[in-house]
Amino acid sequence: MRHLLSIEQLSKAEIEAILDRAESFAEVGRRDIKKVPTLRGRTVVTLFYESSTRTSSSFELAAKRLSADLVSVKAAGSSVDKGESLKDTVATLSAYEPAAIVIRHPHAGAAQLVAGWADAAVVNAGDGKHEHPSQALLDVYTLRRRLGSLEGKRIWIVGDVLHSRVARSNLIAFQAMGAELTVCGPPALIPRGLRELGCEVTHSLDDLGEADVVYALRLQRERMRESFVPSLREYAVHFQIDSRRLGPRQLLMHPGPVNRGVELSGEAIDSPQSLIAEQVASGLVVRMAILYELLAAGDEEPTPAAGNGATAPTPIGQPA
Amino acid sequence: MEMRSGESADLVLRGVTVLDPAAGLDGRHDVVVRAGRVTELPAPGAADAAGLEEIDAEGLHAFPAFFDPHVHLRTPGQEHKEDVETGARSAAAGGYCGVLAMANTEPPVSEPADVETLLADARAAAAVRVGFLATVTRAMAGEELTEMASLLEAGAAGFSDDGLPIRSARVLRRALQYQRLCGGTIALHEEDPELSGDGVMHEGPVSAALGLAGIPSISESTTIARDAAIAGYEGGRIHVQHLSAVESVEAVRAAKAAGVQITCEVSPHHLCLTDEAVRGLDPHRFKMNPPLRSEADRQALIEGLLDGTVDCIATDHAPHATEEKEVPFEEAAMGVTGLETAFAALHTHLVLPGTIGLGLLVEKLGSGAEPFGVERSSLAPGSEANIALCDLAARWTVGEEGYESRSSNSWCDGEELTGRVLMTLAGGQVAYRLRSFSLGVAA
Repeated sequence: MRHLLSIEQLSKAEIEAILDRAESFAEVGRRDIKKVPTLRGRTVVTLFYESSTRTSSSFELAAKRLSADLVSVKAAGSSVDKGESLKDTVATLSAYEPAAIVIRHPHAGAAQLVAGWADAAVVNAGDGKHEHPSQALLDVYTLRRRLGSLEGKRIWIVGDVLHSRVARSNLIAFQAMGAELTVCGPPALIPRGLRELGCEVTHSLDDLGEADVVYALRLQRERMRESFVPSLREYAVHFQIDSRRLGPRQLLMHPGPVNRGVELSGEAIDSPQSLIAEQVASGLVVRMAILYELLAAGDEEPTPAAGNGATAPTPIGQPA
Repeated sequence: MEMRSGESADLVLRGVTVLDPAAGLDGRHDVVVRAGRVTELPAPGAADAAGLEEIDAEGLHAFPAFFDPHVHLRTPGQEHKEDVETGARSAAAGGYCGVLAMANTEPPVSEPADVETLLADARAAAAVRVGFLATVTRAMAGEELTEMASLLEAGAAGFSDDGLPIRSARVLRRALQYQRLCGGTIALHEEDPELSGDGVMHEGPVSAALGLAGIPSISESTTIARDAAIAGYEGGRIHVQHLSAVESVEAVRAAKAAGVQITCEVSPHHLCLTDEAVRGLDPHRFKMNPPLRSEADRQALIEGLLDGTVDCIATDHAPHATEEKEVPFEEAAMGVTGLETAFAALHTHLVLPGTIGLGLLVEKLGSGAEPFGVERSSLAPGSEANIALCDLAARWTVGEEGYESRSSNSWCDGEELTGRVLMTLAGGQVAYRLRSFSLGVAA
């Protein structure tokens, strides 16, 4: 794997390899010293053109846990504010010879463009409404830990699919892992032609009971101004996942940040079925695994500790 | 329309296959051009070549040179993308003898003096005839009409706010009422901005998969239906630009059946490509408005060509600077160039597979003159020499030798095409020779 630009580029086996690697980093995370020397002396650049809390912080921490040097660039306050083009910004940052560039951009295809310009491995941390592959990988990781396998599981994605890169990447990833997908939301927020991606489409939560997993999406508050929905109240009446709609054996997920009381009720968020906090924890190890797969998997040396499958890299401070 | 005046052509195309469906010509001849006119079409080898340049055209085809009623020459204001000289050269390289330039320049062509200046530019620098449309509304603001009568007197070839639709039905109605006084075809970019929103590609499964905002087909077809109804009511004459959708073909077909004076054009890229091409997110080649649509839409456009609903092929040649295309798809400028590749691309994608006949292609590449009252070119003896000399077997890679246009955002960039224009005569003059052909290498 040279870059991680989309979930679409990954086979089921490649997804599983990343998840297996993430399992090994989860083990590292339980040690006192949570850092491994894998990327020592190498540079990771995070380039965020949109605000982000969990994606940027978990990629940054992932790079640090792997001992990489980290340069974090946020568009606000940088030369992007002064009108520098993406191409020129990437050329500038490439002068530091980074091993990886992690990019979040408001437009589809930005990561792919950067991959064409830079020598570094490029990670798409969200491009417009197109894809968010690391989110999909951490969601599959979270579910796999809880359910063992996604094969034959019914997953409902509920909410504003039109504006959601998470929905698109997860549709592909969940289906690749064998799950059956249903997408539910108001008609104006479901893109025309979505069925051709292989999912069911419905505009009612009536059959939500069949779902093993309910994946709710954030509803931006400004969507009413554009008449996608008449009001948040009416949206909540039809599409909010609350304790009445969420059954005891169903799992609840959300990519965050949540609009408490809009797409999810407070009780649903805080319910034992909710995996929302686990998703965040998974984000760190999955992003470590992504950086590892891109930058270190090729030059991996077998260690004495190596067992079957993925190896846990030797922690700093322990004999190699 | 104006062009640079120069030496009249005196030459003979030996043994060329002449195909001019409108003139009823289809066979091998010598084509004799004296003082810039086709004087006779004797049997192959029979022409007296005294005083003429002899060109061995065995195995080559001569067509009446093409006419493009829809190009963007970007002058005034954006000469870094194109100007009259480079645009006309690009047209000549594509086998065209005439083009009509749109008025959405910076500033838009809204004043008689603007038209006069541009025509003077064409007289000074254009290798083929160039005409200039003026805007329908002042500064393309969609509110007040331009001085249409004075603009026509100054030499405007017609009217269009192309790039933008005329939003107000009232304003279009007034323009069509005024047309009764002054004449001049009104060419319409049909789109409902309310339905197009911030769309950047066709709305369908591909836009759903890419997460790109879609431009629905009904944005185009509902506006065509509205404008055809207004034109029918006022007895006005309209030309619908760049049809892209099945619903649009149906709307034009219905308007024609109802007796509306309506003509329409379709672009080579809409005839050859679908929105599947957008999956790679390359805005250089595949971002334009109207967008590439579905296979069903493409088939409907071809059907429209075959049954006569579509009157002509127009490239919507839209040059853009590299920096406007080297950005994410959503941010990139709309438009692709097409003059240099129209014939070759359509020959490759539609004629060679047998979808349409060569005669129909030649006919539709020339018929763009008629909606604007311009006489179409002809190879019949006595006609002014406007000839596209083509090698139907030549294979070439688009862009490999650069472009005559100042811009390189060709939708065929890097593609291998079969069929190439070797030489173009326009207005009785040699407007273009492919370098390798004139050196005797290509033929």
